[in-house]
Amino acid sequence: MFESLSERMESAFKILKGQGRITEINIAEMLKEVRRALVDADVNYKIAKQFTDEVKAKALGQDVIKSVSPSQMLVKIVNDELVNLMGGSKSDIQLNGNPSVILMAGLQGSGKTTFSGKLASYLKKKGKKTLLVAGDVYRPAAIAQLKTLGEQLEVEVYNEEENKNPVAIAQNAIKYAKTNAFNVVIIDTAGRLSVDEEMMDEITRLKAETNPNEILFVVDSMTGQDAVNTAKAFNDRLDFSGVVLTKLDGDTRGGAALSIMSIVNKPIKFVGTGEKMDALDVFYPERMAQRILGMGDIVSFVERAQEVIDEEEAQKLQKKLRKSQFDFEDFLGQLKQIKKMGNVKDLMAMIPGVGKAIKDIDLDDNAFKHTEAMILSMTPGERKNPELIDGKRKQRIANGSGTSVQQVNQLIQQLFQMRQMMKQMNMMQASGKMPKMPRGAGMPGLKR
Amino acid sequence: MGFFDIFKKNKAEASPSVEEKEKASDLAALDQGLEKTKTSFFGKISKALVGRSTVDADFLDDLEEALVAADVGVSTTVKIIKRLEDRAARDKYINTSELNRILREEIIALLDEQNTTQTTNFKYPSDGNPYVIMVVGVNGVGKTTTIGKLAYQIKNRGSSVILGAADTFRAAAVDQLIIWSERVDVPIVSRGMNADPASVAFDTIQSAKAKGMDVAIIDTAGRLHNKVGLMNELTKIKNVMKKVVPDAPHEVLLVLDASTGQNAIEQAKQFIAATDVNAIALTKLDGTAKGGVVISIADQFRIPVKYIGVGEKIEDLRPFDKVDFINSLFKD
Ligand SMILES: Nc1nc2c(ncn2[C@@H]2O[C@H](COP(=O)(O)OP(=O)(O)OP(=O)(O)O)[C@@H](O)[C@H]2O)c(=O)[nH]1
Ligand SMILES: Nc1nc2c(ncn2[C@@H]2O[C@H](COP(=O)(O)OP(=O)(O)O)[C@@H](O)[C@H]2O)c(=O)[nH]1
Ligand SMILES: [Mg+2]
Ligand SMILES: [Mg+2]
Repeated sequence: MFESLSERMESAFKILKGQGRITEINIAEMLKEVRRALVDADVNYKIAKQFTDEVKAKALGQDVIKSVSPSQMLVKIVNDELVNLMGGSKSDIQLNGNPSVILMAGLQGSGKTTFSGKLASYLKKKGKKTLLVAGDVYRPAAIAQLKTLGEQLEVEVYNEEENKNPVAIAQNAIKYAKTNAFNVVIIDTAGRLSVDEEMMDEITRLKAETNPNEILFVVDSMTGQDAVNTAKAFNDRLDFSGVVLTKLDGDTRGGAALSIMSIVNKPIKFVGTGEKMDALDVFYPERMAQRILGMGDIVSFVERAQEVIDEEEAQKLQKKLRKSQFDFEDFLGQLKQIKKMGNVKDLMAMIPGVGKAIKDIDLDDNAFKHTEAMILSMTPGERKNPELIDGKRKQRIANGSGTSVQQVNQLIQQLFQMRQMMKQMNMMQASGKMPKMPRGAGMPGLKR
Repeated sequence: MGFFDIFKKNKAEASPSVEEKEKASDLAALDQGLEKTKTSFFGKISKALVGRSTVDADFLDDLEEALVAADVGVSTTVKIIKRLEDRAARDKYINTSELNRILREEIIALLDEQNTTQTTNFKYPSDGNPYVIMVVGVNGVGKTTTIGKLAYQIKNRGSSVILGAADTFRAAAVDQLIIWSERVDVPIVSRGMNADPASVAFDTIQSAKAKGMDVAIIDTAGRLHNKVGLMNELTKIKNVMKKVVPDAPHEVLLVLDASTGQNAIEQAKQFIAATDVNAIALTKLDGTAKGGVVISIADQFRIPVKYIGVGEKIEDLRPFDKVDFINSLFKD
């Protein structure tokens, strides 16, 4: 159901083919698609409207460069504008206190406790002596949860089993941190709704009494239209210093990021990309823009893939991909790489909108076995030149690999689709700040 | 001017001055920090309809805005409006109250499930086999809390309940469910953290059967629906229960967080594929989020919303009421 914005705009633009300028008339239709895509990506509808109005103003002045279509041009303007908005105020985590106090705030289940653990782990690696404070005295086993994480990370957790007052606990924790020479104090808090006056008062008091160096608003990246209300309410009370966007390992478009940035104008300092304690990353506006627009979080996928893919291989492959020469030998090589990578499925899942070509794929382990068997049943010539594979050869390959002609057809189809995809990406890239060519992005063994 | 200008063709060409005015007021609204929606939607409708007797474009624009703002999503919003228009076209003279009624009817039609099992009077069979409820959903939506509240309700209605702590992954998840079991005062089967969740589920059903319990509720670890391995694990948990009770689980309850946007549709799709979800619980409706995305989900997958969560306390679970829900969509 998620088409990428460029696909949508292409179709919006079809009616207007042949026009080489961005005009009032052709832009209206395209911007409608942009707006729709943004709202489908959970950008708040008012912000989406404001955004497209700004894009319109920017776009109208521009002549379309010969080699790109107006829709490509507009995608680029939209993308740049998004990056611009989300990357506006970049800043690192502030650790200038003694100890530095970091306060978490957010709705129930947004990921505060998990992120507290992740941050403690991150700071510990940076050589900071870090204290975690169990300030959620309400949710069942919330303290036990933080203590478990603390044990796992070998980070001390401060808690008071009998004390039901988070403000007092936090104050005592800071005293404790001072006497014991901790550099950082991270205060986990209970989840709360912005309309819960009592709880909002509590966190306001927590702020007043602990004087934090950082207040991080932790928000689930799957949040919808309500993100603006909640972010605004928390910001009105706390004037928080940064945002943490969690659960980005999912396939949400994450439009809430844009909504929040526009409404509170605070930097997104970290993102959460998994349940494990090392699944924390800094925020990349370019990736987020691509993700919201349905271009896929290709870059972070590639980075993870890179860790295991042989550099030189990757370089060679990239060249081939550029020329759309990707053949079955490469396919086979990739299969081997993939086997090294382990959980391909999770990796693949990070690409929400790479394109229809690999959408709704069903990756089972046998898919690889069959794929490998089929390629191994091809002659070297066939592998290099898949165009050679006619009906007779297909039958032979199917027989040799214990598969069906239909499966062989599918595989060949996939290779061509991949080439096509690469071609498109090359084109996008040529048109400007589009996704960088992913190294090793063509994934074999995919089955619909 | 409508947000997506869906109905542009229905209107006389809007003059630029109107457009500009609208734009200015939109931005002013933003400046005021989204305070704009203070008047209720139905209030706005009434205002919009003063002196008019038919559905007009302004009205539809307001409607469009209200629905999109409640996370109903663009395509379902378009669908609702189309249906309303069709009705209005048939009967040209509709007044305000009729319009409100028709609007509700059209949304209810989308929400309506094919086979209705009413929640409040549902009697859990006590035939020696436990009625098994498996609870699934992404991380942090409120599965464990919903289980606590649900167990409390079922117990209050006179059936016996046992819980199964099959979230063996998230830190202290087992402790959390144990605390709920103590609060509700029902038995629980737990094998500690890192135990195989399918084994915990199996043991729970077996224990439920041995003890002659009426209902068994299985908690599962939150998981993002795009993680194929974790979704397969869920299928396995579901299937292993059949070894004890062949038609278990009788209910697979998907928990959705009302603050989730359009991603909930994908969540529903993937959890249905992995576990044949047949009921939905929509949590955190005590907040400012509307949860309008369940309209699309109910419509697309024909799965009824059975419960709503309205707080963190033990009694904060309600049966889903369509009319209340629809009214709340249009409230500020
Ligand atoms: N996949 C994924 N899950 C996450 C991420 N961050 C947190 N979670 C999970 O989301 C759920 C809720 O996280 P918590 O850290 O307990 O959230 P919280 O805000 O402390 O919740 P409350 O204290 O209950 O308000 C847990 O199941 C976490 O494992 C993330 O980045 N990715
Ligand atoms: N306000 C509110 N909070 C809820 C509701 N349901 C669950 N929660 C909270 O949401 C958080 C996550 O819930 P939990 O049951 O641990 O979610 P799980 O990870 O899906 O099992 C907890 O802090 C709960 O107290 C609800 O209906 N309203
Ligand atoms: Mg917590
Ligand atoms: Mg749970």
